[in-house]
Amino acid sequence: MTKVPVQFTLNGREQNEFVDSGSTLLAALRDKLGLYGTKAGCHQGTCGACTVIIDGSPQLSCLTLAERCAGKSVTTLEGLTGNGALHPLQQAFMEGFAAQCGFCTPGMILAAKSLLDRNPSPSRDDVIDAISGNICRCTGYDPIINAILTAAEQLRGARKSA
Amino acid sequence: MSVTLLAARQARAVPALQAKGGIVVAGGTLAVADLNHGQGPGTLIIVDGLGLGRIEIKGRKVILGAMVTMAQIAHDRRLKFLHPVSQSIGGPAVRAMATIGGNLFAPAPYGDMAVALLALDAEVALHDGKALRKLPLENFLKQRGKYEKSLVVSVSFAMPEANSFRYVKAVRRKPVSASLVTIAAVLPRKAGKVKDARIAFGAMGPCALRARKSERALEGKALDASAIKEAADLAADGTAPADDAYATGWYRRQIAPIHLQRLLGA
Repeated sequence: MTKVPVQFTLNGREQNEFVDSGSTLLAALRDKLGLYGTKAGCHQGTCGACTVIIDGSPQLSCLTLAERCAGKSVTTLEGLTGNGALHPLQQAFMEGFAAQCGFCTPGMILAAKSLLDRNPSPSRDDVIDAISGNICRCTGYDPIINAILTAAEQLRGARKSA
Repeated sequence: MSVTLLAARQARAVPALQAKGGIVVAGGTLAVADLNHGQGPGTLIIVDGLGLGRIEIKGRKVILGAMVTMAQIAHDRRLKFLHPVSQSIGGPAVRAMATIGGNLFAPAPYGDMAVALLALDAEVALHDGKALRKLPLENFLKQRGKYEKSLVVSVSFAMPEANSFRYVKAVRRKPVSASLVTIAAVLPRKAGKVKDARIAFGAMGPCALRARKSERALEGKALDASAIKEAADLAADGTAPADDAYATGWYRRQIAPIHLQRLLGA
């Protein structure tokens, strides 16, 4: 298998890796970099478990070729925690019982972060649209939607007091 | 399996690479999914550097580059009438990746944007390695296997008259899922009568198709209950929708007239 060099920004830090030609970003994150926060689900873009943020927009790492990430900025779940503190989305998911088996949670949180980065005051419908590509078989979605709205409120509060 | 990525520098170079078994990867939602299931080719052709990601609007003419994504359309205020279409395709991550060019090759029950483009009477520009040629989208879709060795460059259409474009996608899971039936219609009117209506169906055959019998049933008539009923009754005529995990072909034929009737009466 041919190895190709890829230089990109991962969770705010410059990353230089040799990846297998034609391999996905998902494979690079999990198998090469040991970042298991990004989940491997359907491998066909249906479940959303592998959602990451690339250059500000949510994308599916299972359908993204690692080589095409050259020069781009990738954010995974591991990039959300700063100094060991949970991100408000993680905190709200935990407190609102929005994670049961937890498999969909990283993708849900990245999809939600992408929404809140663009739209700090989303409506309930905006949240539903933001996670419409992410499947959860445990929660029935309501606790997830509520947790995202709670985190949005907390983030707005934090911005005001900053 | 060993896979090679080749970055194309010119559109005219792509068909030669395709002829050697390479396939173009645009958003990756079709090609990389196949690759993940061991069905991909040995060579992937990347066309990111060819400037195909632009939306151009000159007067009433709209030109969508083949690499324009569903998200780009969803965020372009000039294309507001297409927002319900782009919003009905996948979640935000799929929309950020999936392209116009890829949508033309999406197998049923996918390819909802192609349904809208067919109702808009769009034209496809493609490069066959020798020259850039244009053909009606309907002809392209009917023989799309033939054009897998050409590079789709853009899709163009005339902006529809205000309030003449309508769209519905029937799904099992809200807000988005694969199509049970998708309908797009352009209903221009002259002195209150329908003139040159175009209605397109998705998920009612292997690719998007025009509902010509329903279109003819509306021609020259006011969009009233009897004309709508006549058009709806003819909706499933000549269609052969597939059975899949979302619906049987029989079910699709039952619901197509109902959704057309609702769309036309809205």
